[in-house]
Amino acid sequence: MSDVAISPVSAPAERVRARLSGAIPDSRVSVADLDLPTIETDPRSWPAVARFLRDDPEMRFDLLIDLLGVDNLRRRGRPSRFELVVHLFSTSRDEHVRVKVILDGENPELPSVVDVWPAANWFEREAFDLFGFRFSGHPNLRRILCHQAFVGHALRKDYPPGQRWMCTEEDLYVPGLVARENVEEDHFETVVVNLGPSHPATHGTLRIVARLDGEQIVEAESEIGYLHRCFEKMSETHTWNQVIPYTDRLNYCSAFINNVAYCKTVERMLGIEVPERGALVRTILSEFSRIMDHCVCIGANLVDTGALTNFWYLFQPREEIYGLIEACCGARLTVSYGRVGGLSREVPADFVARCRSLLRSIPKFLDDVDNLVKRNRIVWDRFRGVGVVTRDQAIGWGFAGPCLRASGVGYDVRKARPYDFYDRFDWDVPVHRDGDNFARYLVRMEEMRQSLSIIRQALEILPSSGPVSSGDWHVVLPPKDRVYHDMESLIYHFKWVMEGIQVPEGERYEWFEGANGELGFYVVSTGGGSPYRIKPRPACFPMMAAFEKIIVGSRVSDAIATLGTLNIIAGELDR
Amino acid sequence: MPSGSADFFTTRLDNLVAWARKNSLWPLPFGTACCAIEYMSIVSSHYDLARFGAEVVRFSPRQADLLIVAGTVVDKLAPVLRKIYDQMPEPKWVISMGVCASSGGFYRAYHVVQGIDEIVPVDVYVPGCPPTPEELMYGILSLQESIQSGRKSRDDRSARYAATLPALPSP
Ligand code: SF4
Repeated sequence: MSDVAISPVSAPAERVRARLSGAIPDSRVSVADLDLPTIETDPRSWPAVARFLRDDPEMRFDLLIDLLGVDNLRRRGRPSRFELVVHLFSTSRDEHVRVKVILDGENPELPSVVDVWPAANWFEREAFDLFGFRFSGHPNLRRILCHQAFVGHALRKDYPPGQRWMCTEEDLYVPGLVARENVEEDHFETVVVNLGPSHPATHGTLRIVARLDGEQIVEAESEIGYLHRCFEKMSETHTWNQVIPYTDRLNYCSAFINNVAYCKTVERMLGIEVPERGALVRTILSEFSRIMDHCVCIGANLVDTGALTNFWYLFQPREEIYGLIEACCGARLTVSYGRVGGLSREVPADFVARCRSLLRSIPKFLDDVDNLVKRNRIVWDRFRGVGVVTRDQAIGWGFAGPCLRASGVGYDVRKARPYDFYDRFDWDVPVHRDGDNFARYLVRMEEMRQSLSIIRQALEILPSSGPVSSGDWHVVLPPKDRVYHDMESLIYHFKWVMEGIQVPEGERYEWFEGANGELGFYVVSTGGGSPYRIKPRPACFPMMAAFEKIIVGSRVSDAIATLGTLNIIAGELDR
Repeated sequence: MPSGSADFFTTRLDNLVAWARKNSLWPLPFGTACCAIEYMSIVSSHYDLARFGAEVVRFSPRQADLLIVAGTVVDKLAPVLRKIYDQMPEPKWVISMGVCASSGGFYRAYHVVQGIDEIVPVDVYVPGCPPTPEELMYGILSLQESIQSGRKSRDDRSARYAATLPALPSP
């Protein structure tokens, strides 16, 4: 492997290269300067590189963002068929880095890095499930998203997208802790309880199996994949714009944020800009989506703990925001309003007035809920000191978003790497130190207020007229009246629909602040009408992985409250 | 009470029972994905399903007579859905909410059930992605009409399901 030097080499890449060559003088390790500093290595050097990146005082990449496989079968210019791509982040230096482990052969094997970053556990299982990578030394290497009777590895390029395998009741997974005899306990017998996959407290499709000693959980295991609907494979079989509706359905509580994050990633690959008005509308609606997401999270969470009233209070603002979004694009929940290059259509004439009226009405609901909850004895008992995640644990487990900030790490992408106009607004990142359920509640409530303030400021600088989409017709659909009247627009229209937009060859990782944490898209293009590989960074995936560890020692009812505050959204979790 | 034959009386009782059933559906929301969020809207304050006597949401199959499948069902979840359906006491009805539950929707993929009628019989299909609360309400109202008219719950519109049933013994 030779270094791919692109001049001028960016400072972060140069720094990584200098440190790395000093620490690991190995010809098999090289650093390239792509959109991120990219280290290429092979399986044998990988554990050493991993440790170096985490421990070196000038690196300190302590947060594992994502770990995924790529199949290069139909991609030119790569040294081998499979590679493992890892994205890391340093919470002390606000920097990202990418590592690529070049794997050999058709059924590659490589060492696991679970002991370096505990968050790698589930990510490695996923790469095993979908690509068939074998991680030696992994504590529990078995399928995670697909069912146990599944044959083959679905994200390999030679796996047919529609090939299904029957799953019967016998194929459902039975955790080891169910069968295991419990010998240590001499006073009481322990009981195994199964929650889910269809259980009101699991909010959809999670499954938790716990062993109880009385009311206390002594051991737990969670199982996911009950909503694995193949986002990644589907995105490979559609054009770039057709992927947008699928992104809606990742985190469907705040669909618009996903839309925009995906579109922005593609826009950056294309190198096009969205006009100021479009970008501001995106910001405004994203912040409203964040409020909706937090409303669902808090509302449902409080229902689980028995406080039903808040649910009605919090669903009313949601319903009102739906009204605004519906006026913009005709859909309430799964909006598909973003497009590569802007928005699918102009906002309604009364957009600003509607936003302002929401700004007036929402704080009342938030105050009502706060009044009910903040000093409520029952909520205190259920939330305070429960589900505690310390700062180090949160980082090690790969937490993100409000949950990470509730554990004392003030990382918010909107501040750390401002996109759109976030650096022009005056707002704060709420951080809390306790790391318990109550801290997560407080952080979310405060974030909603900050979002309102961002929206208020955005409305002030929102131009009253102007386009919301870019005028580049290679990317954006020309207006209909022109398509009917001039030939050139018709041709653009035809090409857009039939072939899709053409994205140049390359790869990119772009990250944004989703409602429950860093929402990233890693996109690989081989230069054509559809994506070669898209991997969203699911914020709640590592949190769910940690859940079974957080709840050990707590009571079942506390576990339910904790699950709610982590805000696990199955669509994003299982993709 | 007018004097009448037993037949006449039985019909009226059937009607009465149908009327009672129609107005006291106890739904079990089998919510898996985005559609479940819309389902939450329909039972909350703004749309308020209680107006149609179908708001007593039960999460135990043994206490429910209407299974509302809201969201994508994937292969891993299929046996679970079947089990829940089997655990519900008769008479029972199924509403498939959204295109995913009805046909797999736009997930023509390796891990997605292409319509829950592969697994359970369906009485009402509500299209939409997700259906608006109004649409789901319309679905529930049509189910109520069909219950009132005395139609059997396990009807044979689900051809794929019927094909898997053992043949009935000939009389
Ligand atoms: S029908 Fe649409 S909204 Fe409903 S679960 Fe499927 S993708 Fe989600």
